Amino acid sequence: MIKSNSGIRKTDVINRRMFLIGAAKVVVLIGIIARLFSLQINENKKYLTLSDKNRIREWRLPPTRGNIVDYFGNVIAGNLKVYQLHIIPEQVENFNYLLVRLKNLLNLSDKKIAKITKLKSELKPWDSIIVSENLSWSQFVKINNYLYDLVGVKPVMTISRNYPFGDVYTHVLGYVSQPNEQEILDNQIIQERFVPGMKIGKLGLEKRLENHLIGTNAIQRYEVNAYGKRINQLEHQKGVQGSQIRLTLDTEIQKACGQLLNEKAGSISVMDIYTGDIVAMYSSPSYDPNLFLFGISQDEWQLIRNNPLKPLINKTLSGLYSPGSTIKPIVALSALENNVIDTKFKVKCTGKMELYGQTFHCWKEKGHGWVSLKNAMKQSCDTYFYEVARLLGVDRLNITAEKFGLGKKVLGEYFDNEKKGLFPNTKWKKNNLGRGWVLGETLITGIGQGFIQSTPLQLCMMTAQIANGGYAIKPKIIVDSNPISYEDAKQSMESGLLFDTDSENLLDKKLFKEKKNIQIIQEAMFASTNERFGTSYKSRIDDPKYQFAGKTGTAQVKRISKRERELDLELEQIPYKDRDHALYIAYGPYVNPRYALSIIIEHGGSGSKAAAPIAKKLFKLIIDRHELRNKQSNFERITV
Amino acid sequence: MFQHNRLNNEITLFQKIKNLDYILLIAVILLSVISVFVMYSTDGGEILFHTKNHFVKLAVFFPLMILVAFFNIKFWHNFSYIIYLVVILLLIYVSFFGIKSSGSQRWMDLYLFVLQPSELMKVAVILCLAKYYHRLKIENVNSFTSITIVLSIILIPIIFVISQPDLGTSILIGLSGLIILWLGGVKIKYFVYSFITFLISLPFIISFLKPYQKLRILTFLDPDRDPLGAGYQIIQSKIAIGSGGFDGKGFLKGTQSYLDFLPEKHTDFIFTLFSEEFGFIGSVGLLILYSIIIFRIVRIGSISRSNFARLFCFGYAFAIFIYIVVNLSMVLGLLPIVGSPLPIMSYGGSSMLATMIGFGIVLSAKINHKQMIA
Repeated sequence: MIKSNSGIRKTDVINRRMFLIGAAKVVVLIGIIARLFSLQINENKKYLTLSDKNRIREWRLPPTRGNIVDYFGNVIAGNLKVYQLHIIPEQVENFNYLLVRLKNLLNLSDKKIAKITKLKSELKPWDSIIVSENLSWSQFVKINNYLYDLVGVKPVMTISRNYPFGDVYTHVLGYVSQPNEQEILDNQIIQERFVPGMKIGKLGLEKRLENHLIGTNAIQRYEVNAYGKRINQLEHQKGVQGSQIRLTLDTEIQKACGQLLNEKAGSISVMDIYTGDIVAMYSSPSYDPNLFLFGISQDEWQLIRNNPLKPLINKTLSGLYSPGSTIKPIVALSALENNVIDTKFKVKCTGKMELYGQTFHCWKEKGHGWVSLKNAMKQSCDTYFYEVARLLGVDRLNITAEKFGLGKKVLGEYFDNEKKGLFPNTKWKKNNLGRGWVLGETLITGIGQGFIQSTPLQLCMMTAQIANGGYAIKPKIIVDSNPISYEDAKQSMESGLLFDTDSENLLDKKLFKEKKNIQIIQEAMFASTNERFGTSYKSRIDDPKYQFAGKTGTAQVKRISKRERELDLELEQIPYKDRDHALYIAYGPYVNPRYALSIIIEHGGSGSKAAAPIAKKLFKLIIDRHELRNKQSNFERITV
Repeated sequence: MFQHNRLNNEITLFQKIKNLDYILLIAVILLSVISVFVMYSTDGGEILFHTKNHFVKLAVFFPLMILVAFFNIKFWHNFSYIIYLVVILLLIYVSFFGIKSSGSQRWMDLYLFVLQPSELMKVAVILCLAKYYHRLKIENVNSFTSITIVLSIILIPIIFVISQPDLGTSILIGLSGLIILWLGGVKIKYFVYSFITFLISLPFIISFLKPYQKLRILTFLDPDRDPLGAGYQIIQSKIAIGSGGFDGKGFLKGTQSYLDFLPEKHTDFIFTLFSEEFGFIGSVGLLILYSIIIFRIVRIGSISRSNFARLFCFGYAFAIFIYIVVNLSMVLGLLPIVGSPLPIMSYGGSSMLATMIGFGIVLSAKINHKQMIA
């Protein structure tokens, strides 16, 4: 009985204690369910996102750049399909063996091999390494033949920039290449869209318009496992190609400029005198931008860099030249406007002019005799302009010259490398050189020498503004979304109204006081080209359709010593570096003019011999192309 | 009393089958079926190694459970100490000749399969202590001698298991043993005192832990400390469970496990995969299924006439509960990671063998619930 009693008591204890545990169990179970609830219901979104982050990985592809086209819609910077060779490290069985094989197949340099090895250690194993960016067809075939032996190698077809006209547009477009770290950091958009293998604009419009041209990445989403291996593709999001940019340039004229300047250092600019459209802008010598796409070889780079004619410099915008006699129309205009002279004003040229013991020479040693404005312009008499400049003074001259665009950037917003040049005045000298202006300096400024510096494009714009009757234009290289026709431009110009929508600050379009003065200058320039004894008479075209007016210029690059003057050497006898720059500015057709141009041949000798004949050849083409250009712009206005 | 014994001894096979607890049986079968499907999912929706082996083990151990049930509870009572001693011997054998794997020595090769004796000890310790308290007079429960003896029964296997090293299993053995002490009537104040002592000595205990065990505790406290290293398992487990949401990602659609983000998905983290694919609803359903099993075991204990059967059932019910709680708390990030399988669900023969033997003894207690044991 005792035993049984003890058994019952024990049972009671066990039951009581079991009850306590049962209660505890329920509490713990509720706790677990609460935890489940908080993870799966309350924080579901958070963990769902984390789970997707785990399993979904995006691969972004390089964006496709927008095309750049010329005025007629010809692609001048486009995209080409190219074959690349990629290595995917995680798929490679034996990396060193693979490198040896590729080295033999593609003739890779040791440097390149070292670069690939370095990349491999930096990138994730599933990121592809680009071995070759542009396989030739024979290389591509070779690789495909041996593909069974090249585990982890993937030939890829991709899109690359291409410049179909080679060196014709180099200085305008620039080129694209792999960005460096700083370039990626500096541009937010590049930073966002950067993927290995992507190229960005390094120079010119390619750089300037990067944000328009760049386009958006195509995105491929893959489901990956815990080791980063792609399991399957979830979606492919197409990228948007960058915007197309249309330039005002004409490829035919641009090409012709290249041929005319072949093997010479120099520049040609052609401009529509009413709309300001730049029709051609060529700097010589040029180089092939396609060389830079896949990394230029050291040899080719040295060849370009060390060329004495300096192909890397965009002479049209960054080349600073003394305008020489091409400044004379502005000097004459300024004197007329300020009533310093009139058409009857005459100066006797004896070949030189003495002032305070200094001798100022005219280019013609024997002198021109008594010359009026028209004859002085025609024969480019220096003595006449010494005298006019003396009477006018540099400060009044400076005002007129700056009105016509000298000393200011022409296309400043588009090109980093554009120079603004210099047109001096007394204040400038005092502030910058700390010395007072000397009258002798006024005289040589009057013939475009001395401190004065200008870019070929400035001279072109100056000529255009004389040609259109003395109205300000805003040069442009990119076609607006709403282009203005030349008739409208001309009409509004002559009525004194604003025609350029985006330059509201340029209210005063009129650059002259008296219209008559502009006409006098135009007539003088006509005489210089089309009348006997004119400096560019030999380069004239008699057919009124092509007839043009112009002004030669010969800019000294160094002071001519007395001895040299007496020697009167032929061009070939002077060292290249010491030869004068040859310049020519012109516009045409003379009746109802449309285009202005400026030509500079570095160390080309005299303007009349070296530069003016080029204008003769070019003008025919420019005028012939005019019909087409006009048709194109009319067609667009109708379709818009 | 004599008559009773004779009466019960005459239970026929038919009566034995009739007296099985069918609710418990059905719940175990249901759990087994679920576990096969989940294993199928861990194999990526194919019948591969884990699915096959898991199924084979179930097919062997489920009949074994019935076999165990057909032995009289008295038999299990009589052999309790011997079973305990045999398992202790196995532990000793393992500590000398066991198979080493990933830094610990827990297994012995039985040609057909690899046995982990520490898993068997989880049941054996309950069996042994149940018998001890069954035989102990209530007056002597709190005597110095008896407490020394029961503590030795618990600590001897723990020492072997901890030196394997296997912290998880030794904790589970310890907790299973302590619950019998509690049920047996050891004074509550002893539990309170020893708990306080444990808390005070915790820093010393931690200093004896192996570096990887310390790391696990640190990781538990802050899983983001080393997200790709030690914290990886727990972070990925929480992501999987959390992303399951209310109704789960669907069978075979758990991306976390399918794409190999889940570690140990066959064994300790099997619940994570289940929860990712079947969501909150599925998880709660699974917990309810487990609760039914536990409740049935408690119920069988409470109708048992002998205190041995009662103690074993209550103790075993608690042990199952503890396994589940420790495993779930671990995968839910509530406890540091200690290796502890989820009964029946996790892949692993020894754990399943022990669990099935336990269920078998419980069923034996049900069949013979009127059996008195002297």
